Formats: sequence, structure tokens, C-alpha cells
Amino acid sequence: MNDVIHKFTRNVPDWRPRVTPVKLEDATPEQLDALQVTPSNTKVSAYVLTLAHDVETLKVRSPLFNGIMYDPGGLDRAARELSALAASVLSRCVYCAAVHAARHAQLSKSTEVTDDLFANGDKADLTPRDRAIFDLAYGLAGSPPAATPDQMRAARDAGLSDAEIVDAILSSALFGWANRLMHVLGDPVRKGAA
Amino acid sequence: MIVDSLPRTTLTEIAGMAGGGAALPALAARLNIVEMTQAAEDAVLQPKDAGRWPHALRAALAARIARQNDCPALADRYAGMAGADMAVADPAVAGEAEGLTLVCRFMDKVSVSPRDVAARDILELQEAGVSDADIVRLCELNAFVSYQVRVIAGLRLMAESVA
Repeated sequence: MNDVIHKFTRNVPDWRPRVTPVKLEDATPEQLDALQVTPSNTKVSAYVLTLAHDVETLKVRSPLFNGIMYDPGGLDRAARELSALAASVLSRCVYCAAVHAARHAQLSKSTEVTDDLFANGDKADLTPRDRAIFDLAYGLAGSPPAATPDQMRAARDAGLSDAEIVDAILSSALFGWANRLMHVLGDPVRKGAA
Repeated sequence: MIVDSLPRTTLTEIAGMAGGGAALPALAARLNIVEMTQAAEDAVLQPKDAGRWPHALRAALAARIARQNDCPALADRYAGMAGADMAVADPAVAGEAEGLTLVCRFMDKVSVSPRDVAARDILELQEAGVSDADIVRLCELNAFVSYQVRVIAGLRLMAESVA
């Protein structure tokens, strides 16, 4: 269908599932619990309703995702977004890349890094610290993972602590997971087309 | 707080960190992530409602993905849970004898070249009578193991290149 978006963008598209999501009115009590639906919160995305088909996994996945991306300490949040973005660029998950590029731009108060990454891919002109995070995350996202000892050394040379490196690993790996749901189970489409 | 050990989970054991390791204090700060990763493994490998994919087959497919990602220790662990479905743990097996050709082809594509997955790959499963819920279950299994092998690969790389 011609409303599918194939180019990287920071304008977050809609997401159209390739399978039929769970209908809220048909949801089991276990699904409603995992969806965190309450009388005051009945708005659930098509993506989460799709994942509700495997409710046992959804229930543990959401807190794990939030922990890796938002728990305090360790790597700053913009850098976690950069790591997530590196994995999403490699997988060509246009939807995940849009969401996390937009968050990176918001957190770093600049579109410079993500403009450059979308224009030049892994050849973008990054600061040594961003370069080290991007390369490690991009390498790990390969199939099979292809991060190297040189990339690990570069991360340490750029001043990253062990705690920060662990977070960079986790946020890249997490998008090895997220990309395989978002990019496989649906399409990024023009706003309003889903 | 000085932490000298981590709980024994698949992640800490296969990454060689259950008993120590250079990255241990950093990972100990993310103990909740280690524990939730194990909970996620239990949910994709041994769910109460397994749908069309019994636990043994899930273990075999998980082993297959671990093997494709150069993580033999994880592959062996999952293969040990695969029982009679052991054959498809080998990525060289196409799944014909098991009636799993389509499932193996789909899982291989999601695991090895996710960027190439297209709408028709999902349509093929639907046309073969696989329910939408069972398609989501396959994706979550694949996606989780893809995450787990990459965390392990990263932690091992940290340990191998101690500052």
C-alpha cells in the first residue's frame, strides 16, 4: 500500500498492524490488567492491543522496557535514545527510529545528531562520545552481534563508565526486541492513514 | 554497597557473571533488569497459555535463534529443553519432516534479517492457518531471544576487554 513510509523521519507516523489487534471489549481480565486499562484510562494503542495477544509476555515486557529506558543513574537518557536509534536504523524500523529520534532531539534540545544520522547513516559526523555509543549499539544490533573489542575500548576511551556501557548495551539489545515486533507486526503509515 | 554476586539467571550464567566478572558492579546496579529479563524468558519459553507452540518447540526455536547469533552456550541450554523437537534447534534443518517449514523460514528471517520482513511474510502465516495470536507469540519469542543474546554478547565483550 502506498501510504507506507519507507524513509527515516522524526515525524512520528501512525502504526498499522498486519494482524488484528485484541478488541478492548473482548479483552480478558488478564489482558485488561496488562493493558493497565482503568475507567479513567481507556486509550490503548493498536500496537499494545496487538501485543495483548501474548499477554503473559506483554505483562513483563512493559516494566522491563521502562526500566531500561528510564531508570535513573547510569547512561543519560539522550544517549539511551541514541543507542535505541542505532539498532532501529540497522533494522530499518522506521517507526521505532522516528519515536526515538524525536525523543533524542527533545532531550538533547537539538536535531543536529539525528539529522546527520538520517542523512548519512553510520557515516554521520558525531562527537567521540556519541560515536562510541552509536558504534557499540550498531555493532551489537547486527545478526549475529558484531560489536568488537576495539569498539568497547573506544567507549571506555570516550570516558564511558562501566555503568554507562551496561546501559548502552541494554538499550541497543532492547531494540533488537522492539524492532522485531514493530517492524514485523505492522507498517509505519502517514498520520491518519492507520 | 558492595555486591559480590548476582542471582543465577540464564543471563548471568551464560554471560559468565553469576560468580563475578569485571562488569558485575555495573550490572548489579541494574538488578531489576536482570530479574525482569528472567521473568520475560519464563513468559516466552514456558507460558501458561502456549497457544499453538508447546514449550519444547519454543525451546528448540530459541536454541535455533541463539545458534544463528553465535551464542552456542545459550543454544545448548535451550536445546536441552527441546525434547522431541530438538531437530529444529539446528538452523540447517528446514523443518520439512516436522511440518514446520513455514515457521522456520519466518523465524529465520525475523532473527537474521529483520529489515527484510514484509507484509507478505505475515500473510503467508495467516494463509497457512496460523492465528494472529500465534503469530504474535512467535514474534515475541524471536524478539526476546534476539534481545537476550545481544545483552550476553555485550556483557562478554565488556569482560573480555577489561580497562
